[in-house]
Amino acid sequence: MEYEAVIGMEVHVEINTHSKIFCACSTAFNAPANTNVCPICLGMPGVLPVLNREMVNKSVAAGLALNCTISRWSKMDRKNYFYPDMAKNYQISQYDLPLCYKGRLDIEVDGQVKSIGITRAHMEEDTARNTHTLGGGISGVDFNRSGVPLLEIVTEPDLRSAQDAYAYLTTLKQILQYLDVSDCNMEEGSLRAEANISVHPKGSKEFGTKTEVKNVASFSGVAKAIEFEIARQIEVLESGGKISQETRGWDANRGITFSQRSKESAHDYRYFPEPDLMPIVVDEAWEQRIRKSLPELPLAKKRRFKEQYGLSDYDATVLTSTRAMADYLEAAVQAGADAKKAANWIMGDLQALLTDAKQEIQECKVPPAGLAEMIQLIESGTISGKIGKDVLVEMFASGKGPKAIVEEKGLVQITDEGALVAIVRKVLADNPQQVEQFKAGKDRVIGFLVGQVMKASRGKANPEKVNEILRKELSA
Amino acid sequence: MSKITREQVEYVAGLAQLELDDAAKARLQQEMGEILSYMDKLNELDTSNVEPMMHAMEMTNVFREDCAGESLAREAALRDAPQQDGEYFIVPKILDTEGGA
Ligand SMILES: [Zn+2]
Repeated sequence: MEYEAVIGMEVHVEINTHSKIFCACSTAFNAPANTNVCPICLGMPGVLPVLNREMVNKSVAAGLALNCTISRWSKMDRKNYFYPDMAKNYQISQYDLPLCYKGRLDIEVDGQVKSIGITRAHMEEDTARNTHTLGGGISGVDFNRSGVPLLEIVTEPDLRSAQDAYAYLTTLKQILQYLDVSDCNMEEGSLRAEANISVHPKGSKEFGTKTEVKNVASFSGVAKAIEFEIARQIEVLESGGKISQETRGWDANRGITFSQRSKESAHDYRYFPEPDLMPIVVDEAWEQRIRKSLPELPLAKKRRFKEQYGLSDYDATVLTSTRAMADYLEAAVQAGADAKKAANWIMGDLQALLTDAKQEIQECKVPPAGLAEMIQLIESGTISGKIGKDVLVEMFASGKGPKAIVEEKGLVQITDEGALVAIVRKVLADNPQQVEQFKAGKDRVIGFLVGQVMKASRGKANPEKVNEILRKELSA
Repeated sequence: MSKITREQVEYVAGLAQLELDDAAKARLQQEMGEILSYMDKLNELDTSNVEPMMHAMEMTNVFREDCAGESLAREAALRDAPQQDGEYFIVPKILDTEGGA
């Protein structure tokens, strides 16, 4: 039988405010345990939490970018449960009136655009972290994460495959990073993804029983876990078994999901309005203010790059993959670089240097104007393209400007006819065998001879001129 | 007959992690039933033209600005914990891998 999978995603992103959602403690990552804590985020009785305004601003921005409706009127609720990561025995979240709802996000899979429904995006506080490495039948609790602001983004069950889920996650991350509302760093826990997965016979209108896969450390891990889970569920059904509704973890080493059945506590959270926090009213004026402040989003930027700069779809996709990279290209163009040439240098040599140095483009020592200047040195014939590569390496390492490097190292291209003829004649005299071969009709030997001239000039000869002079000398 | 069954009392007590003896269960079954009966009385009112009250307070939009300030010193944060090791609050080993959020 053929099966179809139905997948919904729940993504928690940490909103990158300076302070926590309800108190002034820092949200800095990696602080020593229990140093960014106060009575509010420790869950002491009698404290008064107050909502961080920036959390609302950033959450609304995210909601608008996800084409959500913004609630005119929303509120915080208490979600009640007992767990050692939650000292006050409830998490402050949003229940029936989330800040953002009914949105959609367009994703591209194999060149096809799919619209993924966003059910809701709501604000909540993160919980504490437990450590199980202390041994001896005990666990430690660190409240630094407690009260860190989270936006939980829930999709409709619109995803059908692991590739869909992967595309959704990367698109979502890209947009949130463009908006500068979250770092979306999975290693630091600022983005966590859970997938609800079920399968049913193709054509059947009824969905199967779903499982929830949690605690996956990377986007590719999520995709692999979904792929595994779909296959596992089909196998269970094919062999006449039943899927049990449960939470499953992902074992990246063994490449399998496994049951994480918790104690049989029903998930009955008995939500009720948080009486300590006042309702949130985002009026038309506030929403418009945020809408106007939204940056150009990746898809719009990509389209503009294709139109304005004549870039290919592939190049435009790569160059808008992060806002920093897109900004870099535009700054180089503003500084006078040809867009296509700048694009090639950024995606080629510069990207290779960045990858080697494990750097992001915004950290690199070559300013966009420096790249533009280097490209102009090539265009004006001052240096050859090959020397340009060496100059860029030097710029990347030292942060010096291209002109200074060219002067310092004497890299100015030799275009003087007389000087080139002298080098060519010497190369021809040194390589009589190749000259014979050329004269015998082996035309491709010319490549070797050009190479020898370039080497003799330490890369400074103008290769086109060299080719021209070589042919003239050889036919003489 | 109470509007609440003994099983419902036990279920709610379970969620709240309360251990109740038989007498307490019987009393709560009675009291919770009375509360629900009172709700029925409220339901007799026609509220179709009344805007629902979402929150007990009339105030809205009470915010703080996003400035990171002082936190507690760790010694102070941990001082009153039943068990701590100078860095962490210590709790019995957590076996359950599933958190809440
Ligand atoms: Zn705090």
